[in-house]
Amino acid sequence: MPVWLTQILYLVSAVLFIIGIKRLGSPATARQGNAISGVGMLIAILVALADHAVVSYGVIAAGMVVGTLLGLWQAYAVKMTAMPQMVALLNGFGGGASMIVGAAEFYRAFEAGADIPTPTGVVMQLSLIIGGVTLTGSLVAFAKLQEWMPGKPLTFPAQNASNLIVFLATLALAGWQISTEVPLLPPFYGLCALALLLGVLLVIPIGGADMPVVISLLNSYSGIAAGMTGFVIDNEVLIIAGALVGSSGIILSRIMCKAMNRSLTNVLFGAFGATAGRSGGTSMAGLTVKSITPEDFAVQLAYARKVIIVPGYGMAVAQAQHQVRELADLIEKRGGVVKYAIHPVAGRMPGHMNVLLAEANIPYDRLYEMDDINSEFDDTDACLVIGANDVVNPAARHDKNSPIFGMPIINADHAKMTVVMKRSMATGFAGIENELFYAPRTWMLFGDAKQSLQKLIAEVKQA
Amino acid sequence: MTTEALIMAIVIFTLSTFLGVELIGRVPPTLHTPLMSGANAVSGITIVGALIIAGSDLGWISTYLGFVAIVLAMMNVAGGYAVTDRMLGMFKSGPEEKR
Repeated sequence: MPVWLTQILYLVSAVLFIIGIKRLGSPATARQGNAISGVGMLIAILVALADHAVVSYGVIAAGMVVGTLLGLWQAYAVKMTAMPQMVALLNGFGGGASMIVGAAEFYRAFEAGADIPTPTGVVMQLSLIIGGVTLTGSLVAFAKLQEWMPGKPLTFPAQNASNLIVFLATLALAGWQISTEVPLLPPFYGLCALALLLGVLLVIPIGGADMPVVISLLNSYSGIAAGMTGFVIDNEVLIIAGALVGSSGIILSRIMCKAMNRSLTNVLFGAFGATAGRSGGTSMAGLTVKSITPEDFAVQLAYARKVIIVPGYGMAVAQAQHQVRELADLIEKRGGVVKYAIHPVAGRMPGHMNVLLAEANIPYDRLYEMDDINSEFDDTDACLVIGANDVVNPAARHDKNSPIFGMPIINADHAKMTVVMKRSMATGFAGIENELFYAPRTWMLFGDAKQSLQKLIAEVKQA
Repeated sequence: MTTEALIMAIVIFTLSTFLGVELIGRVPPTLHTPLMSGANAVSGITIVGALIIAGSDLGWISTYLGFVAIVLAMMNVAGGYAVTDRMLGMFKSGPEEKR
């Protein structure tokens, strides 16, 4: 294939990625968009296979078959609650692949005894560092989400300082390799090892509920790593696709940080939630909570005209989304309206809650973003909070001493009646008391969310 | 890579980043998870590099590394597109909107 044709076909593939991502912007066209982007990928793969440099196909065929089978198996076996882990793992693989391509390019120069000119040296070191950090960082994020590792931040004294030293050492090795222009093994091995170590160090101090930011950021890194690899092998489609993915991750991490009213620096280096029972925040001593039985609440629900459900990650953990839909269907059959208020950080990754509810066949047009539904709570007869905590804590509005002060929250306390489903009075991720539980119009429904919902369903049916 | 080629690549990278920001800024929050896994699949484009490395007969180290890179990138590609499609298949609008 002539070089110009190769270039044109890579361009076609890049354009298909752009159209595909654009079409992912609306629920009606999203599936088609994903398919278009897939066609772009297929074209890129076919063009690469036809590249004049490619002479042997045995290893390629074996690798592609193994990778495709493992990928498809994973895609169809994964539970929707485990989506964050899956995306984390795939991010890691993408980053790892980019790192390996960078490393192979280094070996090629090393074995041929060729020099590495400074521009190539710079981008090669970057692809190794970013790829390595993405690989191990994603694996740690995966282990935390999969609960193979404690979700709490892992901290040790002078953590940020020692991380900084590792980072500077990595840069020093990169500088050494770049400045010699001759491929040297010691800085190469050292740099790879330190980049992999750095990925681990950067993610271990970050707590479970901050994972939405971390996954978005690692997603971005995997794109930038691919882009850097594109610089190394001088391939435009890698650069364009990598930059597109890189920007998507950056935007999503920014949205997530805004939704928690925290800076990216605070999420990455603050070890938020490491100390349980922090000082500050309102003391709830002397106040009591009221609890309600499913029987009593069912009567209220059966005659409610407008119900808003606030789902949190606790609902997903209890696997209660199907019961939620069943209850909503019953209320709607009796003439009520049911809406869902989704906080941006309700799940373990951006938009996670929407996918979980979609899986339970809840139509996406019933799901409302926080800002769109917050004004509706005042005329809501019943608000049902299932497994959410910090995102409905009114302290975020007025208590300047609260660690979550300033975080945008869902106005669950504005409803005529608010019922919170919860296992116990344990605190949420921020480790603080929730004022909502003690409010005059709030009742607690203690117990496993799934069982409580089943009781509610049975009672509403009879009401 | 010459300095000129590097600058050209930086130009492409920068413009694509701005394009990405424009494209993704318009995606509603309800689609953020499929967007992430879809974007994740696109980052598997590094497969192109892996294929060229593995197929070029550059000695056993490069071939071996290329094989591992192909497996990883291909999992990213196949898994990413398949799971995104699976998720998007679940998104349905309400019955009153169907006609």
